[in-house]
Amino acid sequence: MRARVFVTLKPSVFDPQGATVADALHTLGYAAVQGVRQGKYFELDIDAGTPEDARRLASEAADKLLANPVIESYRIEVDSGAAEAVR
Amino acid sequence: MKFAVVVFPGSNGDHDAYHAVRHVLGQDAVFVWHKDTSLQGADAVILPGGFAHGDYLRTGAIARFSPIMREVNRFAEGGGPVLGICNGFQVLLEAGLLPGAMLRNRNVRFQCEHVVVKIEHTDTPFTVGCRQGQLLRMPIAHGDGNYYAEPDVVEGLEKSRRVIFRYATAAGAVTPEANPNGSVDNIAGLCSETRNVVGLMPHPERACELAVGSADGLVLLESVVKSVGQGACATAR
Repeated sequence: MRARVFVTLKPSVFDPQGATVADALHTLGYAAVQGVRQGKYFELDIDAGTPEDARRLASEAADKLLANPVIESYRIEVDSGAAEAVR
Repeated sequence: MKFAVVVFPGSNGDHDAYHAVRHVLGQDAVFVWHKDTSLQGADAVILPGGFAHGDYLRTGAIARFSPIMREVNRFAEGGGPVLGICNGFQVLLEAGLLPGAMLRNRNVRFQCEHVVVKIEHTDTPFTVGCRQGQLLRMPIAHGDGNYYAEPDVVEGLEKSRRVIFRYATAAGAVTPEANPNGSVDNIAGLCSETRNVVGLMPHPERACELAVGSADGLVLLESVVKSVGQGACATAR
């Protein structure tokens, strides 16, 4: 089973990389881009019986390692592609 | 006294720290591999600069799970002096031994230069030999040194006098211009609630001899020798 974990900086945290990418897009003429937030994307192939089990394991992995709760939050999708807000 | 210098795969300040302790300060030093499970009876621990585990995922994120970190935790809990330099500071943050996290430098550049930091408090094992307000010129070399913590955490740090180093101008003014990376409140380093764990982004071990441009960093290492010599640190061997 595949779980997709999207890790992003919390809205309150300034994202220097996202801001730089936004500047570059503006330089390219994409004035309509109002903001960019950069994050990380993980695909976890998990040996799990049910999507719920896979989600639980991915969530544990995100809590322990993939995301730093001081600055980041995450959301997880399992196979079906349905997004679920975890935090 | 004896220093343990922890070596992670990707550490690059380990030999600088070893050299400063052993050849400049004349104290005993041992390298401790990150997979080791003993600090070899050291009186102080240095987590050196570098790029542990290639900085993959986040700086220090993987290093915190190295077997030696259990011992470092235990040593710190027992009151032993622990110094995290640059990447070592980042490891301490990820390990939860110090609060907060590092973001990419505000200007998104790797900053490699000498900076000035102001000593805010002298009641830690690594600053006991400093004067309050003393200015130290030391090099920085990092891409992720933009210290961040939630506003209430920062307020708590200030109230409990745990901000130990602040980026300042050569005249000692704490200004935005003196801040090389965007750190909140110009924070360059801080200590634990128990004050024995200290982390900072500048490299004191690379500023211990005039031949390399500055010897200002030596006082931090001399401080811990003095501190341990006076029995001020309860080390958990």
